[in-house]
This record gives sequence, structure tokens and C-alpha cells, in this order.
Amino acid sequence: MSQPFPFSAIVGQEAMKQAMVLTAIDPGIGGVLVFGDRGTGKSTAVRALAALLPEITAVEGCPVNSVRPEDVPAWAGTGLRKLVQRPTPVIDLPLGATEDRVVGALDIERALTRGEKAFEPGLLARANRGYLYIDEVNLLEDHIVDLLLDVAQSGENVVEREGLSIRHPARFVLVGSGNPEEGELRPQLLDRFGLSVEVRSPRDVETRVEVMRRRDAYENDTAAFMKKWRAKDSALRKAILAARAALGGLKTPNTVLHDCASLCIALGSDGLRGELTLLRAARAQAAYEGDATVSRSHLKTVATSTLSHRLRRDPLDEAGSGARVARILAETLP
Amino acid sequence: MSQPLSPWARVQTALAVLAVDPAGVKGLWLRARASDLRARVTAALPPARRLHPGIDDASLFGGVDLAATLAAGHLIRSKGLLADPTPLLLTMAERSPAGLSARLALWLDTQGPCLIALDEGADPDEGLPAALADRLGLFLDLSDLAWSDTEGLSFEAGEIAAARARLAAVRLPDKALESLTKVAFAMGIPSLRAPRLAICAARALAAWRGEDIASDDTLRHAAELVLAHRGDLPAEAPEAEPEQAPPPPPPEGEAGEDSPPEPQEDRLPEDVLLEAIRAALPADLLAQLAAGKAARSAKGSGTGAARKGNHRGRPLPPLAGTPGAGKRIDLVATLRAAAPWQPLRRREAGAARLEIRKSDLRIKRYQQSSDRVLIFAVDASGSSAFARLAEAKGAVELLLAQAYARRDHVALIAFRGQSAELILPPTRSLVQTKRRLAGLPGGGGTPLAAGLRMAFDLAQQARARGMTPTVALLTDGRGNIALDGRADRAQAEADSLQIARALRLQGLPALVIDIANRPQPALRQMALVLDAPYLPLPRADAQRLSGVLQAALGG
Repeated sequence: MSQPFPFSAIVGQEAMKQAMVLTAIDPGIGGVLVFGDRGTGKSTAVRALAALLPEITAVEGCPVNSVRPEDVPAWAGTGLRKLVQRPTPVIDLPLGATEDRVVGALDIERALTRGEKAFEPGLLARANRGYLYIDEVNLLEDHIVDLLLDVAQSGENVVEREGLSIRHPARFVLVGSGNPEEGELRPQLLDRFGLSVEVRSPRDVETRVEVMRRRDAYENDTAAFMKKWRAKDSALRKAILAARAALGGLKTPNTVLHDCASLCIALGSDGLRGELTLLRAARAQAAYEGDATVSRSHLKTVATSTLSHRLRRDPLDEAGSGARVARILAETLP
Repeated sequence: MSQPLSPWARVQTALAVLAVDPAGVKGLWLRARASDLRARVTAALPPARRLHPGIDDASLFGGVDLAATLAAGHLIRSKGLLADPTPLLLTMAERSPAGLSARLALWLDTQGPCLIALDEGADPDEGLPAALADRLGLFLDLSDLAWSDTEGLSFEAGEIAAARARLAAVRLPDKALESLTKVAFAMGIPSLRAPRLAICAARALAAWRGEDIASDDTLRHAAELVLAHRGDLPAEAPEAEPEQAPPPPPPEGEAGEDSPPEPQEDRLPEDVLLEAIRAALPADLLAQLAAGKAARSAKGSGTGAARKGNHRGRPLPPLAGTPGAGKRIDLVATLRAAAPWQPLRRREAGAARLEIRKSDLRIKRYQQSSDRVLIFAVDASGSSAFARLAEAKGAVELLLAQAYARRDHVALIAFRGQSAELILPPTRSLVQTKRRLAGLPGGGGTPLAAGLRMAFDLAQQARARGMTPTVALLTDGRGNIALDGRADRAQAEADSLQIARALRLQGLPALVIDIANRPQPALRQMALVLDAPYLPLPRADAQRLSGVLQAALGG
């Protein structure tokens, strides 16, 4: 499949799409967790996002997509000067990937043929400045999760193995998806995701039929379908770029900071990461809507997705924490 | 009105669809034990490369071909199976680990044309991993076919090619898209992949039959092949539960009767499709569906339960050492250790080949992490139901919260009436556990022995999978049904004690919680036999219970 399904053509799933757009505006928000049923378009959305994102400028041939030639790590070789436009990397991290593939390891080819000790970068290097997508993230093996936690925290991948001592930047937006029925996610990893959304299979027939219609049109005549949706996709891309530019000049009134804090206190979320992410997401939301000032309504729009996974979890609460956030939101910020 | 396909016709149709449009229907889930019959079917499948559940990344994605590299003295890479867009055939698919399923699913989503999964599941709880079951379009079960029902299967290459040529021109009736989607919805299939696959199958089948516009029959048959096995007939559990928490998809019988009759001009009313699917359901579908469900809950419940008999540990850094005596050589690490020395050694030896010295040898090490599974055997008999079943449920919930905190697996067994029943196989999903527990009805005799027996079996299974089981028995101790189902108090007593002894011999840790109104001496006796802590459930003090459990489990 050369051309992924267009992002704007995905029916419904507004929360998921919104969360992905927000991280595209401000990667600092720190990732999206998409939990829900099978066959609801989780993977489709991630692959569509890859095509939607604006291109980045990077040094040609640089394994970590450096911005400037002087940032290219020494182990990647010298002489890399040329700047090129390339698509934002969206890297798949398959379940059961070995540590070697994730963090990188000794380049065994060069070691064997030339006897050189060289570093072969892994998935984390390739995902720098882009997205790292983990399907079935809740089934990921624990030691890989530990690695990811460490790197996601520091934005730097440190490799100390086989006589190599390498560090390189690894700043990426973590996108995870999974089905909660198959296992829970460790709270430590949960907390690292900036936003979390729950997707459900659409419950009404009309929506489902519409999904089928679009998918069918896409499969039958991909070119025509892409053409039909190209305008919407590029409008969305422009909106993202405009929002990125506007982010710096955004005013954040004191009252909004107070709102953030009081909401998090009322919810009893652990740590301060909740407030920080809430504010960042609200700013991105404001920029996206084209407002000059962050307001309470932006806060309300993003509150559920930023906070619902940070509550101390009651494992037996079936309603899910989304409902709790909504309730307390209504009480605290009328 | 046409007939549904006969079982053998269904096989033939499915294979034709697969041959015409493999990339559209994405593949086939073939459930059958190895037999001549299966061989007959697989022989007619499109040529595919085989892979097995134990396949490693290097074979899938390509990597360094170590044997060839060592022999040739220069690096030789092998090409991975997934590199070519050829169909793949996964044998023993029921044993496919989550990692492999996820990779194959990704491959199917992006580049792979199709996957044929041979599922040899014997037990109902074995089945194709959900990630794959959702993506493969067609499903065939050969178990109700006899050799005499079948005949040779072969397709003319010319016919297939002609059908493929027609495929692009085939149209579906206007209503078809909507009908298939609605039917899938009415059957309670949440995934939107299902109707999509059904549409592809309908197209391929129409092309195969030489229709320009897919006929009603074709649509019906496509629905039969793609949708029938995904239906959610027994909503949550095979046993009907008194209260069903999730919005139950209407069982098919109702869907047919309750839905307002579609106007006649509608070319393809949904209930006709439903009818066709219902007719296609084999008699033992309940068991099969339960299998699918069980696979969903058991297979994916974390790393522990997913792999049978092969509970790999977390790899530790390799260690210098000599292989043998159960230590396996870590070839890659060995080569890595030897690699930097090669130019030097070559100069010294004068030969242009790989020089590996003993000091380079590395062995593999794993850290075994054993998951715990807490097996609750809950007495749901009449005597306890009237006494304190509700309280016992509360107690179990408290324990569940603790199990969650410690990332334990839990399993739930209930015994009442004549026998014991496995309500929930080991899982980490607490929400499910709680739901099942809430729906647990009470009443009937107390088959304590049967309950213990099942707990014992389950514990043994869990152990075989590399987990550490603990049995928590909640009962009022008035066992009155013997193992063979007779109401014989003395025999029941003897049976339970015998199993208790077996548990003790196996060294299975246990915990006895007495939920009778007054503490039962018989239960204290059993706890002694089990060498287990004995705890009369204090009235309205569930906290104390969880405290005791914590102490008992050394937590």
C-alpha cells in the first residue's frame, strides 16, 4: 500500500484525531495513547498521520535526522553537509523487538569485514524528531518498556555495551495503541503519554456504513480518492503549521494557570506532570483554533485526554476514569 | 431462496475466493487437525512459504546468515520471509506468540498479500490470536467434514486468471455495502475490518462466478464465509449469566424477529443475510466461539500466559564461558567478541578466514521471571449463597485489587450444583474478573471436591506455563456432592480430603477462607491437610481478610 488512507477521510474518532493533531503542533506534549477495540482505525490513523505531517529539514544521510550539519553525531561519519526535506519519520516498534534493534548495537557487518568498532543505530535513532508507534503497547515486554521510559524521559539514547559508548538525541512522540482487555499498561509508562484517548467501534449503523463507503472508494480507485481528500489534508497541514508558528506568541493568563492547578488538585493526580501537560495541550489547542489567548474553554476541551490516565486508578472502576474527569471538570470549572 | 453452502461447497468457495483475490480477503483461518483431509485442502491453496510460531526475527526480516558467513569468510545476509510479497502459511497458528502475531498483522496491514493460518487447536481455549483472527478474511473448520464428503480439489490456472481479470469490473449492488455493514453490526462484530473483508470476498466470488454485478447468492455466501464465525452469539460467557453488563448484541434469533420487516423492494434485506449466516453455523459453534473468546482473554493477558511451556525470561547480557551442560552458545555475542580481533589474528595466522578463539565464546543467559496466578475457588452453593456469598464476593474483590497492584494473574472457579466451572481462565484483566464475579449466581449443592479438583488442574496447567499458582478456597465447608456427582456426604468428604492431600503433595500454596456463619471444624481440618492458613471470614471486616492474604502470600 503505497499511499496511506488520508487523515481527514477517517470517519469519526474525533478525540483520537484531535490528540494526534495536538502532538503534531507541539511534540513536547509527549505522546498519545490510543486504547480501544480492534478494527477501529487506530493503525490507519497513525499511518495517515505520517503522510499528513509537514516535512522536516534534516541533514542527508544522518541516522538521527539532525537539523544542522554540526549536530550530526561523530559516529555517523563525517562529510554529511547537505540539507534535505524529508517526511517526518514515523517508526514502527514491533512487539518483541530485541534490545539491539531498539537502541542500536555494534555494527556486526563492519566489525566482521573491516574489524572496526562501529555503531549501528536502532529504531530510537531513526525516530528522532518524529514519531515512534507501538501497536499493542500493553503487550510490550517489560525490559523494552524500561528502555523506552528512560529514553522518553531524557530525550537521549545512551548505549553502553559491547565496548561502545555512544549517546545520541532521541526525542520522539510516543504513540501507543492497544486493547485494554488483553492486559493493562504499567502505570509508569502510562504516565509518559501526554494524552490518552479511548476509541470505540461506532455504535450506529450510519457511521459504520460511511466508514465502509469511504474505505471501498479508497480501495477501488486510490488516486481519485486521494485527490478528493487532498485539499482537506493540506488545509489541515497548513493549520498545523500555522498553529506551530502561533504557539510562541500565545498569551497564557494567570487564571488559566490557576484553573489547571485547581483541576489537578481536585482530581488528585500524582505529580505535576498532569498540570504541565494540561497547559501545553491547552496552548496547542488555542493555537490550533487561532486564538491569541489560552482560555478556560481550551482547557476543558483537552482536560479529559490529558488527565484521564493520570488518576490513581481504581482497578475495579468499570466506568473508566474519563467519566470521573468529566464530572470533576464540571464541578471545578463551571 | 437459495440454500446455504454445504460444508464442502463452502471449502471450495473459500479457496476460490482466496485464489482470486488473496490481497483483498487477506487470508484464511483454517481450523483442522493434521489429516489427509486437511492435506487435500492445503494442496489446493495458492503456493505459500511456510513459517512456524518459533520463527525468529532474522528469518522474518532478514539478517546475517551466520553459517554462510563463517564458511565464506565474508558477510552474507539472508533475505527475510517478509521481504517478498508472497503468501505465507503459518503452521500451528494457535501457538503463535503475541510478538509474532503483531508482526504478521503489521505485515498484512502494510505490504503482505495474505496469510494462511493452520490452527490445530485441540482445546477450546486454543485458537488463533485475536490480532490475526481479526485480519484474516475467511474461516474454515474441517472438523465436521468426513473424507467421503469431499472430492479432489483443483483450480484451473486459466479460470483463476480469467476471474482475476474480471475482478476490477465487478460491481456490487447499491445496497450491498450497507447491508453487509448492517449485518455485521447486528451480529455484534465490533471490528470494522469484518464488513470490509466481506465486501472484498463478495467481489472476488462474483468475479469467480462470472457475474458482472454480484448476485444475492454471492453476497450471502460471502457473508457466510467472512462474517459467520465472528458473531458474538454467547455474549460474554458460554454460560448464560443472569445479568449481562455489556450491551448485548441481539442474539440472532431476535434480530431476525424484532427488526422491522424491510420493505419488499429492498433487494437484499439484512435478515436474509442473517438467515444465511445462521444456517451456516455448525452445531458446535458455541464451543468454537467460546474458543475464540477464550483465546482473546487468555492469549493476550500479558507475557506470562501467552506462551505455553516456553516461558522465556528476560535476556541478560551474555557471559564469557563454554557452552554445554545446558548452556547455549550465543553466537552473535561470540562473533561480536571475536570481531575486533580479526585483522590482528589474520595477520598472525596468515589465513583469510574468521578466527574464533575460545576466549570469544559467549553463552546465553536468561532471567526467569515467573508470574503469579491467584486461583479463586468460590463456593456458590445454596448454603453459602444464603449465608454470605455476597460478603465472599466483596472479599474476592478486595483481593483482586491487591492482585492488580502486584500484577498477578487471577483465575476464577465457581462450584455449585453438581460440578465446578471455570468462570475465568488466568487473566490480568480485572474488569472482566469483576464482571464475571458479579454475575455469579448461587444455589444448588456443594461439590467442594469438584471445585478443588478443578483448582488443582488449573494450578498444574499454570505451573506448566511457568507461572506460580496460589489457590484461595472460599467455602462454607459443607461439601455434600462427591466427585462423581452423587449426593453422598461421606464420600464427598473423603474426596475433598484426597484432593487436598494431592495439592499439598504438589507443594501448591493455598489459603482457606471459611464463609460459613460459624467457623467449621471440618474446614480447619482441611486447612491442616493443605498446610494452608485457615481464616474464618470475619463479619463485615474484609480488610482483615486482605491483610491475612497478604501475609499468607508473603506479599
